[in-house]
Amino acid sequence: MNRIHKKLQEDKKLLSIYFTAGYPELNDTVTVIEKLQENGVDMIEIGLPFSDPLADGPTIQASSTEALHNGMTTDVLFNQIKDIRKTVDIPLIVMGYFNPMFQYGVEKFCAKCAEIGIDGIIMPDLPLAEYQEEYKAIFKKYNLSNIFLITPQTSDERIRQIDEASDAFIYMVSSASTTGAKSGFGNEQEDYFERIASMNLKNPQIVGFGISNSDTFTAATAKSKGAIIGSAFIKTLTEKGIDGISHFIRSIR
Amino acid sequence: MKYNANEKGYYGQFGGAFIPEMLYPNVEELRQNYLKIMAKPDFKNEFDQLLKDYVGRPTPLYFAERLSAKYNTKVYLKREDLCHTGAHKVNNTIGQILMAKHLGKNRIIAETGAGQHGVATATVCALMGIECVVYMGEIDIARQAPNVARMKMLGAEVRPALSGSRTLKDATNEAIRDWINNPVDTHYIIGSVVGPHPYPDMVARFQSVISDEIKWQLKEKEGRENPDYVIACVGGGSNAAGAYYHFLDETDVNIIAVEAAGKGIHSGESAATSALGKVGIIHGSKTLLMQTPDGQITEPYSISAGLDYPGVGPMHAHLFDSRRAEFISVTDDDAMTFGLELSQLEGIIPAIETSHAFAVLDQKKFKEDDIVVINLSGRGDKDLNTYIDYFKL
Ligand SMILES: Cc1ncc(COP(=O)(O)O)c(C=O)c1O
Repeated sequence: MNRIHKKLQEDKKLLSIYFTAGYPELNDTVTVIEKLQENGVDMIEIGLPFSDPLADGPTIQASSTEALHNGMTTDVLFNQIKDIRKTVDIPLIVMGYFNPMFQYGVEKFCAKCAEIGIDGIIMPDLPLAEYQEEYKAIFKKYNLSNIFLITPQTSDERIRQIDEASDAFIYMVSSASTTGAKSGFGNEQEDYFERIASMNLKNPQIVGFGISNSDTFTAATAKSKGAIIGSAFIKTLTEKGIDGISHFIRSIR
Repeated sequence: MKYNANEKGYYGQFGGAFIPEMLYPNVEELRQNYLKIMAKPDFKNEFDQLLKDYVGRPTPLYFAERLSAKYNTKVYLKREDLCHTGAHKVNNTIGQILMAKHLGKNRIIAETGAGQHGVATATVCALMGIECVVYMGEIDIARQAPNVARMKMLGAEVRPALSGSRTLKDATNEAIRDWINNPVDTHYIIGSVVGPHPYPDMVARFQSVISDEIKWQLKEKEGRENPDYVIACVGGGSNAAGAYYHFLDETDVNIIAVEAAGKGIHSGESAATSALGKVGIIHGSKTLLMQTPDGQITEPYSISAGLDYPGVGPMHAHLFDSRRAEFISVTDDDAMTFGLELSQLEGIIPAIETSHAFAVLDQKKFKEDDIVVINLSGRGDKDLNTYIDYFKL
């Protein structure tokens, strides 16, 4: 059992925050993580920036470009957070694209995550079949949960396969879209949330993409275990810097 | 056929489909159906008919007498420059627009670098009366202005890609993002043998008409189907894949792939992927690509927008890795020089992409009775401004 599993057993709706490591300034990474914990966030996705983030909208693209420009690399990130477990005990997940992980060496990457105390990994462009055939054994060896995405277009059959392959939670993408804050959810999302809830999956679901405020957080978690906020949080960092974190998190719930 | 894609879309260690789940339903739908649809008699008939009556196929296999005399060998040119719209790209867009119709899609997106693929896509969309959006890097929009105007005239919307290096790689990212946001009604017409499986294989099959024709045309002219050499430039690799396709397993045919060295392989401004790339993942495919040690994709450079791509298709990565093909890189300056030479020896002004392939005649020594086929992938109209600036015409 890792920290994610324990967190998922808590009797409340979880708030998870995504941010891009090395943004707004290169050395803000640890400060952002600590401030998020201080303000009661349940879980954090540390974004390892990539030059070509295909699944991301303009906000996360821009923060990634800026973080790379600031000098962020895989080694720099691991070095920044090497002592993070001395001050932070909520679950930490590394989220990024597969190429930087592949270049680092998948096994070496996982070993390093385990050494630091990372609990899970989200690589949207590492597909299910590839993971199962090539990398599952490595993730298991280092007790890292691999988190898969589903979307409104994912078939029931494939959702069952993903549920089978998952051991923590399923990342439920709220709509067919790249990342980026929207103003609300429509009937289509409600139907989708309902459909997934009624499937009685073994893994809880956490909803991401398009959650930006208290209303969307409440709507997204009505039928799920929690929600992830990314772009809206990055916008806060862009506009208000580190000082804006506390007010933003407290406005969500 | 060990040089073609296996069932999972792998060419040796290269290929596959490294896509986010958001793209899975689209790509999977295509994967499950593309071979079935291509095998349907009505698909085949319509494809062949359009290639003949609309594109103008078969394109000639032309014996280049003065060029042959100069290099003391037998040079044949496969005249893809004579295709409607001026390059081989239209072979693929005809195939894919029919594929989109069979899949019931009513909106088309595409990326473009030089604008040739964008024009070829806008053309077939006009032909079929289907909505068309083309993503193009802001920098390419500036250097390929005539093609931007052509796309607009054909009724397509050209959307500038403003992220990253603002060239082909970024236009591809934007097209993929559009597809993520429009997963049901839209088909993405990729312009080369790149992207997730089944694209590299599907595009290679649509382009394979090139080598299919070379075979029977050479038989008519020389009494044999196989040349000694087939030479093509490689951006993503679609004209090359088409020119090589039916020769891949013919070991007596030497395959030469020509990449853009830009200002020189080690100048820091180059697009010679086989020399500078390492295995990695770009646009959903595991292939050779130019990247930092940290796995960030780097900005390539070439004077020709169509070769300005940091990767190559997985088929070509495999041809390189297995040494089935010889890879040669050619600088901007050499490409321009040999583009001018072709113009003045044969009366054919080539696209600058294509010009790179002609430099091989000088770099390599061929025997007098060697039959050397060069794929003349496109004509130079779109590049006139670059030629004018370079030669101060
Ligand atoms: C005339 C011509 N040749 C070659 C290319 C390179 O593409 P590919 O390697 O897919 O043939 C292009 C791309 O725009 C082109 O316009």
